[in-house]
Amino acid sequence: MTVVLDVNWAVKWLTLCAQAMAEHRVELIELDRAIGDSDHGENMDRGFQAVLAKLGEATPETPGAALKMTAMTLMSKVGGAAGPLYGTAFLRAATALGDAGEIDPGAWAGALAAARDGIVARGKAEPGDKTMVDAWTPAVDAARAAADGDGADVLSVLVAAAEAAEAGAVATDPLIARKGRASYLGERSAGHRDPGAVSSALILRAAVGAAA
Amino acid sequence: MTVSIVVVSHSEKIADGAVELATQMAPDVMILAAGGTDDGRIGTSLEKVLAALERAGGESGGEQAGAEQAAAQPSGTVVLTDLGSAVMTAESALEFLANPAGVLLADAPLVEGLVAAAVAAQGGADVQAVREAAEAAAGPPRQPEPARTEATDAGPVSSASPDCTGDFELVNQAGMHARPAARVAGGLASLDAEVTINGVDGASMTGLMTLGAGKGTVLHVEAWGADAERAVEYVGGLVEAGFGEP
Repeated sequence: MTVVLDVNWAVKWLTLCAQAMAEHRVELIELDRAIGDSDHGENMDRGFQAVLAKLGEATPETPGAALKMTAMTLMSKVGGAAGPLYGTAFLRAATALGDAGEIDPGAWAGALAAARDGIVARGKAEPGDKTMVDAWTPAVDAARAAADGDGADVLSVLVAAAEAAEAGAVATDPLIARKGRASYLGERSAGHRDPGAVSSALILRAAVGAAA
Repeated sequence: MTVSIVVVSHSEKIADGAVELATQMAPDVMILAAGGTDDGRIGTSLEKVLAALERAGGESGGEQAGAEQAAAQPSGTVVLTDLGSAVMTAESALEFLANPAGVLLADAPLVEGLVAAAVAAQGGADVQAVREAAEAAAGPPRQPEPARTEATDAGPVSSASPDCTGDFELVNQAGMHARPAARVAGGLASLDAEVTINGVDGASMTGLMTLGAGKGTVLHVEAWGADAERAVEYVGGLVEAGFGEP
């Protein structure tokens, strides 16, 4: 069975994102309670439920159009800092994909890089600051390496990105936060996983689920 | 049409209140609030910000915003924000705009910056100058002296003397507080004159407020330029009338 990353995949991906945020809502709230203001789970769940509602109103024509709609919705509905950060990520990915009807391995790696660059531009965080950038940067690198390999297929690129993001999220545990609300805690932020890195990994894992 | 201003805050009440305050000092400037989320919670909303930017840009063409006006160049919009993610939402909104050229984000304290920007816009300043007015509200009062010493360098001291001067005693109870400072600065900004009042830039509302001049303080006004005499008369008229206050 050949995996095709078309608009149907994109819609399924966003639907699975909404499911994942609903399922992990309490977990994200608990993570954010430890080092933030405990609204991340609530905000992400609300944001992606709004994305689901939008998908119910109209079916986008391309993956890029689906991601652009998602960007707009997240920025309007999430409320906290995650709104403009994820919104910018989806918007930049949408721009990178353009009007293409299907996404090939190189295009997916490029879209992830554009998304990460958008998050960095908006939030000014660097790798090691204990933010979602610590999930995205290894994901971008892994996707690029997988896409550049011989006979790369889209599924292996999706999987590489998701696994790297999950490892990156786990690797935020010992870090001391230097950006965002958690940075107010200084050294006390160590020993907790960054909620933004966790939600980022959930999003990239959902991209695999949609292709399976 | 004056430059318009959009206020982005996490709180609908903060945005509305800040707009209310600034509108009192700059009644002719379009100042729009984009505070809170769509459903009235604390947070920021891209949709609210985009809607405000659209109104600010679209309606500055004239009262009848038609297709022809949309093509006309609007005067521009300055955006003021409060905390972190409000800045990010405002930046994101610029990314969505078809033509973000006339929209400038000001890195300024929300209330002080907004009032200074509103007064500058009321005085007819362009979009760059309105942003500068907002951003100057954070720093020390602006001193217009350097430009003057440059023009008269090596010249005799007398050539630097003002074209017109005047001394006026503040007679109102509250002295030079926000509203009088806004009226003085707003009026002077539209005149062709460089004016200092007790050493600070007379066209800078925040500069005037830093004087902390109470009732009984004598304001020494010095003015240079074509409208120097009018400028001194303008300040004198306001001060001697107690700014219409008790």
